[in-house]
Amino acid sequence: MSEHVDSVKTYTAVWLILLALTGITTGVAYIDLGAFSVVIALLIAAVKMLLVALFFMHMRHSTKLTQLAAAGAFLWLFIMMAFTLADVWTRGLVGTLGR
Amino acid sequence: MNTAAIETQENYLNAGYDLKSWLLTKDHKRIAILYLITITIFFFIGGIFASLIRIELMTPQGGLVSSETYNKLFTMHGIAMIFFFLIPSIPATLGNFFLPMMIGARDLAFPRINLLSWYLLVIGGGFAIFAMLAGGVDTGWTFYTPYSTTYSNTWVIATALGIFVSGFSSILTGLNFIVTVHRMRAPGMTWFRMPLFVWANYATAVIQVLGTPVVAVTIVLVFCERVFHIGIFDPALGGDPILFQHMFWFYSHPAVYIMVLPAMGVISEIISVFSRKPIFGYHFVAFSSMAIAVIGFLVWGHHLFVSTQSVYAGLVFSFLSYFVAIPSAVKVFNWTATLYKGSISFATPMLYAFGFIGLFTIGGLTGLFVASLGFDVHVTDTYFVVAHFHYVMVGGTIMAFLGGLHYWWPKMTGRMYPENWAKLSAAIIFVGFNLTFFPQFILGYMGMPRRYHVYPDEFQVLHVLSTAGASILAIGYLFPMVYFMWSLRYGELAPANPWGATGLEWTMQSPPPVHNFDKIPVVTHEVYDYSTVVKEGVEIG
Amino acid sequence: MAEQAHSPVETLALREQFNTAEQQKESSTFGMWIFLITEVMFFGGLFLAYTVYRNTYPVVFGAASTSLNAVIGALNTAVLLCSSFTMVLGVRAAQLGRRRALIVFLILTLLLGMVFLGVKAYEWNEKFVEHHVPGAHFHFEGAAEQGPAQLFFSLYFAMTGLHALHMVVGAGILSWLLFHAVRGRFTAEYMTPVDIAGLYWHFVDIIWIFLFPLLYLIDRHMR
Repeated sequence: MSEHVDSVKTYTAVWLILLALTGITTGVAYIDLGAFSVVIALLIAAVKMLLVALFFMHMRHSTKLTQLAAAGAFLWLFIMMAFTLADVWTRGLVGTLGR
Repeated sequence: MNTAAIETQENYLNAGYDLKSWLLTKDHKRIAILYLITITIFFFIGGIFASLIRIELMTPQGGLVSSETYNKLFTMHGIAMIFFFLIPSIPATLGNFFLPMMIGARDLAFPRINLLSWYLLVIGGGFAIFAMLAGGVDTGWTFYTPYSTTYSNTWVIATALGIFVSGFSSILTGLNFIVTVHRMRAPGMTWFRMPLFVWANYATAVIQVLGTPVVAVTIVLVFCERVFHIGIFDPALGGDPILFQHMFWFYSHPAVYIMVLPAMGVISEIISVFSRKPIFGYHFVAFSSMAIAVIGFLVWGHHLFVSTQSVYAGLVFSFLSYFVAIPSAVKVFNWTATLYKGSISFATPMLYAFGFIGLFTIGGLTGLFVASLGFDVHVTDTYFVVAHFHYVMVGGTIMAFLGGLHYWWPKMTGRMYPENWAKLSAAIIFVGFNLTFFPQFILGYMGMPRRYHVYPDEFQVLHVLSTAGASILAIGYLFPMVYFMWSLRYGELAPANPWGATGLEWTMQSPPPVHNFDKIPVVTHEVYDYSTVVKEGVEIG
Repeated sequence: MAEQAHSPVETLALREQFNTAEQQKESSTFGMWIFLITEVMFFGGLFLAYTVYRNTYPVVFGAASTSLNAVIGALNTAVLLCSSFTMVLGVRAAQLGRRRALIVFLILTLLLGMVFLGVKAYEWNEKFVEHHVPGAHFHFEGAAEQGPAQLFFSLYFAMTGLHALHMVVGAGILSWLLFHAVRGRFTAEYMTPVDIAGLYWHFVDIIWIFLFPLLYLIDRHMR
């Protein structure tokens, strides 16, 4: 695996975008978007995370295995949340088991 | 090679006798031995608690111990056996010892992290033993809130710390195995030339890495609630005790696959060698290991069926729980098919493998019973569940562990164990086990609750049978401890390959040299290719 | 004899269990990524609890979130992002074998990390003074139900506390790196510890990238 050395320019650009996105997410929080607020906030956070991961953590140069592992972590987190919320959100719709 | 030469050749055991060479070792083989000693101690501790439980249950009115003490007995039995014996057992002993050799490596990827993982188990175990001696813990090994966070007056914090620390032992072992299997295979050792024991430990490692951190953070929260009174599971604050159960079981269900997958790996090896045939459907068995690891993460809600979890969620979890049985069944079919037209040898490891197949099948089938929502409402929190999990954990994992220990003992120690005593012990264990736990299926179905030490008179006969079985089982477990120790001094010296097995570990001397391979091998044979080996020396029954 | 035939003197870049330096480097990097996966699941449990309770008590969580200072939170986020910037520049310097630059960037990263922790300490003290720390003296004026408000702050302290603990560990790692960078231990051929420490530092940054909007920005538009 050859060593990819990214340029200072690349890193600086990513850094500035990250700062800008921080400002944007803070500002947008003061606008009434109803249920969309959390979606926008999470989307911006996800973009920031991808920038840090791909550029600062060199994930765009890393092996497919590493990328798969990272994706797997998020898939597992999603599984844990989805199935738990599936319980929390559907409680009380039908009676309780055993009664 | 004559016996004198075998005795004096350099190996990992005689390369340094002082304490420092063991306690600061980086050798995966020595670390495996350290783990073996540690988990055996915890097996004893868990066994003592089990004995006390079974003695107490001989009479319907209890009488030996108070209810509060009885709560502590079953809690500490569970904690010692699950966290400090079963979870580390096969991966940290047999896996540590043989995984590097099986793939043609000199050691794991991170030897010092391997040593650290052992120290973490010991430190965690220290906390747990402290808690046991200082008065015990009575929450059940499952630590349900709000009892564990608010109401219990026992050593929850110390025990929680112990489990938290030992959890990192498990995580580091898993991390080490994953990196090792991906990056340290010898040239020619492709994924599908790896022994199935390696596949099994790899799948286990994936579970360890993804699941254990969740129970770790859950324990941190229980700790915070007790120490700092920062509660998030407290119903008085609007907290949800069921959230605890979700978080706890998200790990603890896959944890049972941490316990059983390596056992299945051992069985694959043993069945192949003692039938002198490649495992039937190697690819299916390998993929089944991965399937169990993945699907095993999707079923945890079957522990919450009667917890007020939503019925819809229960339906999904129930369906997926049936699904997870499929890859296990695939393995059982493949092992059986391997036996067909094989050249069967009834050496002790094979006896344990037969025991495993039968008992694991019973355990697994009864797992399907409890996976059914309706049936589970009837038998949840009864002895039916207790019998089910002991069939898979003890009838399954411990039998496989003993089988593996016997199978690889010559390689690890350079000595043969006494075959006749070993066969006798296997028989005693099999009888003792079934007598202990089969009555419990009946008890549970009839309504005997788990974690109770007082029960209606009509259950006494079955309880007495179970206790009688337990005493037989205890004797069965003691015999190997004695004759294994005996064999270290007086056992017949073992050649490099007493069983005529394939696998790189059998190409080196017994016990192995410090660095495993003089030269990293280049693998050209397929896995389980018996045309390449010649059985040496030892005659078996 | 086993000793003679296998690999020669062990070096930092080629430890005896590995066959090539490249294998070692790839293994170390992959190992750190696996560790970060475990950290995702570790923090993930807290994010799960947060999600469940925010979903159950959206109004109280919104009110509680507003009691945090969003400007300070945003500025602290910026501080951490800057520290990630200096960290990656440090890794780059190490890749190019520039010892002095590496040392400078490590020091900058460490300083920025300290600033972050200092601000965090200040914020926590504010919460203590306002009686927003869960426990016997908890009282939150912005909501009728104290219980759910306490849940928010329990999660706030648990999540930012766990994050801060990781920052402290990170600071320790950076100090260790600094110590060894000064001694010339890292070269363009062997800078793996810097590389994987960088991965760790960026990961801790990513956790904060999510913590900030989830804790500070739940419901700002009404006030």
